[in-house]
This record gives sequence, structure tokens and C-alpha cells, in this order.
Amino acid sequence: MGKTIVEKIFDSHLKDNPSGNINVISLDAVFCHEITTPVAINDLVMRGKDRVFDSAKIKVVIDHVTPAKDSKTAMQGKILRDWVKRNKIPDFFDIGRNGVCHAIFPEKGFVRPGYTIIMGDSHTCTHGAFGAFAAGVGTTDLEVGILKGVCAFIYPESIKINITGKLKEGVFAKDLILHIISLLGVDGATNKVVEFVGTVVDRMSMEERMTLCNMSVEAGATCGICYPDEVTVDYLWEFIKDEFVSKDAALTEYKKIISDDDASYFKKIDINIDDLEPMVTYGFKPDEVKAVGMLAGEKIDQVYIGSCTNGRIEDLREAAKVLSGNKISDSVRGIVSPATPKVFNMALEEGIIKTFLDAGFCVTNPTCGACLGMSNGVLADGEVCASTTNRNFNGRMGRGGMVHLMSPATAAASAISGFITNSNLYKG
Amino acid sequence: MKNFGGEILFLDRSDINTDEIIPARYLTEITKEALKPYLLEDIKLDGFLPETDLLNKKVVISRSNFGCGSSREHAPWAFEVNGINVTIAFRYARIFRQNMFNCGMLAIELAEDVIDGIFNRFADKKASLEMDLENSAFVITSGSEVQKIEFSVSEFDYDLVKSGGWVNFADKRY
Ligand code: SF4
Repeated sequence: MGKTIVEKIFDSHLKDNPSGNINVISLDAVFCHEITTPVAINDLVMRGKDRVFDSAKIKVVIDHVTPAKDSKTAMQGKILRDWVKRNKIPDFFDIGRNGVCHAIFPEKGFVRPGYTIIMGDSHTCTHGAFGAFAAGVGTTDLEVGILKGVCAFIYPESIKINITGKLKEGVFAKDLILHIISLLGVDGATNKVVEFVGTVVDRMSMEERMTLCNMSVEAGATCGICYPDEVTVDYLWEFIKDEFVSKDAALTEYKKIISDDDASYFKKIDINIDDLEPMVTYGFKPDEVKAVGMLAGEKIDQVYIGSCTNGRIEDLREAAKVLSGNKISDSVRGIVSPATPKVFNMALEEGIIKTFLDAGFCVTNPTCGACLGMSNGVLADGEVCASTTNRNFNGRMGRGGMVHLMSPATAAASAISGFITNSNLYKG
Repeated sequence: MKNFGGEILFLDRSDINTDEIIPARYLTEITKEALKPYLLEDIKLDGFLPETDLLNKKVVISRSNFGCGSSREHAPWAFEVNGINVTIAFRYARIFRQNMFNCGMLAIELAEDVIDGIFNRFADKKASLEMDLENSAFVITSGSEVQKIEFSVSEFDYDLVKSGGWVNFADKRY
């Protein structure tokens, strides 16, 4: 019988099978940020094991709260910085060069098809867009990953989602993944890997695939994954051109890991998206999703455009198209956080930053910030935010605050009107 | 090994996420002990008051998809520093469950009807739990009412609990 992409990745990385269906796999990369890593570092120091399994395979960023907002976050940054220095870790992104982890690491070429990656961050599943197995873990798994370069997982079953049809004007990857989460439910993919395949995914850019995979954890998935193809190779070419004689050679190599036709799945789902509308969440769970039209008119206090889900250049472009020539409502605070310095620079060059500023948005440096309610736009009790992020949990962006998840275009349209609004209203 | 038993806190809702267990604003703490006062501060559960309802509780029983959302191990730690080393639920989010065992704590899964039965019988009373890990069973007692329940823990998870967590286990083996 054939194997799925993730089964092939697991089999080629198997290190130990301590019991039953538990696989301990070797890791190609361990990503770290300043919120979940310092406790692991302190524990390693306390145990007299202040070392790393391979400094070249550890990639580090300060992204959640940057610049530091108080003494405690300053200390988290310092612990990380000192550790990077002590262990001579070459790839470290500190303020001025830093961006949201799941946006900046792919941009730097740190993710490859077939890789195994962990990070102390649940949205690590984003990197599955490249055909990698990438999973969020806790601090203890991270600590062992840093020290030994291994991590334990249940040998994963997969759910294959075949997506066909054509996205309508004003409907995006974000709307699609919200729709998929509403179909699966918040625990519909727990302990599973979700494979996104089909003509719609084939046509998607890497940015759109990252948006899809990013939110797979909101259905409980260990990882979302797309097959490597020409789009993947094009994106990665500047980083891999010394490893392969041609793009075709790279593609041939990468295609070896694609799922076999006779691989077995926990479940297969077919989705046609011809009729998909722009979607938005309405409750405190990411599977509580409705068409934007059904929530139109819901009043908002803040609009946030950014995060590892929708803070990339394509997202800012879509938002800017809607904002162009418009002003945001007096009753709304608009905040945009380009996800990386590269995204910020491109947005500057393309005039997108000016569009945001002219519309009345506050443009922040690249950071997670408001997404998890730690800095740069925390909500007050009772306030409502239209957000391009991935979690609408109670209090996620500030105690007592409410979050509606949506695409950048819908968020931009909502900023203009002050209410949840379909972006088609502002299209010329 | 840790201590697994004592008075039970019933959290009668599915999909309780780690933002509710410990909100992001406390993720700036770099010691586990500092999380102690903030456990379940943001939970959306009618009538629940952390200051009084958490008092003396050593066991948590909840419904489905417990611990979903953020990967923060601060959630198990916040339980741990409050003396809660065991959670019982119908299903868990993967990362939370793994984090519990990685810390040498217990995240027990039971069938939905068993969880329903426990809630029906004990949730509105003062009840406590006595663990018999060796025999994969526990007993819940409330006044004269007593119920014994068996569960299963995989060999790997049991090894983690016995080793005092994944770092100790991995350090010996790899
Ligand atoms: S942008 Fe939000 S969801 Fe993404 S890594 Fe940062 S805090 Fe997490």
C-alpha cells in the first residue's frame, strides 16, 4: 500500500519507536521565539545542559512583543539574545530585522519540502505549505528539540481535502480556510494532518497556501500540508539553486515525497468553492463562521490587519485595493502590522503604506502585537475587533474583547464603514 | 512521581482553550510559580469565580477538546503550581495533552458517556478523587456515593509520568 506525504516524511526521519504508535523523529529545524523559549533555556541552564544539538538548525526571532513593552518582556528578549550568543546560533532576528515567525522563516528560505520542524507555537503548521511536517509544541518538547534534535509524535493519519472550483471576486484563501474549519469543527482534525490538494490549491501562491495551512490547527490538526510543486520551487529557488542543476531537477526530487495514489486516509473530503462567499466568525470559536452578509452591520471599534495568517504582501495589497481613495470611519481605530521588514519595504515601494496612512491607519513595525492581546492594540472590555488573525477566543486580543476573523479585504471594507462589510461594496 | 488526587473542580464546557486557562498577558512571566494567581482568569463559564472555586482543588474534570488553541505550556504549569496535576476529559487538543505528560502530569481520556455519568452524578457536589495509577483506575467519592472508574494510559505516557517528564526520559534515552 502507498504512503501519504507525511508518512514518507516520518519514515525517513524515524529515530525511535519507544512504544505503540509513538514515533520519535529527528528534526531538520527548531524555531524559537521569545515567549515560549526562555523557560526552556532557564531549565537547560539549571540542569547544566546549556547547549544545542546543532546551532545551524536552530532559528530564532523576537516577534511577539517587540520593541519590548516593559521590564518583563525586555528580560525575555535578553534571555533569548544571551542564549543565542552563548551558543553561537547564526540565524537570529532581533529588532530592526525581525518579523512574525511564520512569515519571516519561510522568507529566509529556512523551510524545505520534506523537512521536519517544531516550534513552541501552535501556528507552526503554517510551514506545511512547503510540503514540510511542521508542528507546534510546548516548551518541554522545544527544550528536548533544542538539546537532542528529536520530538515524539503519534504516527499521524491524514485527512485529504480536495478543493475544486474557482474563488469568486472578493473571496480569498482566508474565506476558504474559515469555511473548511466550520466544516471540520474545532476538533475535527485533532491528531491528524490535513492535506490540501486540488486545482484550487495548485493555482495558489505560497502566501495563500500558508494562510490555508496556518489555520489548520484551529481544526485541531497537527499540521496542514500542501504538495511541493513548481510554485514551491519558484519561491525557494534563490535558496536552493546551488543544490540542484535546474528547477526541474529540484521538482523531480521534491515530488518523490508526494502522497501515493493508493495511500490510505482517515477521511477524504471534496469541496467545491464556486459559490463560496466572504466569511467571518461570529462567536468565540474559529468554527463559528457565517457569510459576511449575515453579519453585515455589526459595529466594530478596531480593525487589525496583520499576523502570520494575513500580514504578507498579498494581504496588504488586497486591503489597499479596498482602502484606496477612502477614509476609515471616525469610530474605528485601524492598525496594520506588515509581517516582516521585507513585506514592509515592498509595501512602501508599492505605495501601499501611503494608502494605509492616507486612509487613517496606524502602521506599526512587524510584530505579533495585537494578535494575542499583548501589545500594539489591546482591546478594552466590551470592544469589538475586525481582524485578519486566526483566533477569536474570548479575551484573545484583550480581556472582555470580541474578535471577528476575516480576510484583509473584508477587514479593510469594515474599517471604512465602521461595521462588518463585504469588500465588494468598495470595488470599482 | 507527582501526587494525583484530591478535591475535584468540574469545568462543564467543551473547547476550553489555553487562553482561558492562562491569558497571554501573563506569558511574560519566566517562572512557573508566578502564574499561580491567574489560573482560569478568563474562562467563559457562568458563575465561575476563580478566587473561591479553585480553593483546595487538585483534579480538573471537563468535557471535550480540552486545552485547544495556543501551544503555551504555561497552561499545564498554571495547573501544576496550583497543585492540580491531573485533568480528565472526553478529548484533548494534541499539544495540551502532550504538554501535560511532558511535565510528568496526567491527562486522562474517558469515553463521552463515562464523562457524562460523572458530571450527572457528582458535578453539583463536593467530590474528591483517589488515584490508583498502577491499576489504571480511580475512585470518586462524595459523601456516601462512591464510583470506581478504569482508564487506560499508553505505555509511553506512563513512562513519561514515571520519569517525571519528557526531558528526563529523553535525556536517558537519546
Ligand atoms: S501573529 Fe498571532 S497567531 Fe501568529 S505567531 Fe504571532 S501571536 Fe501567534
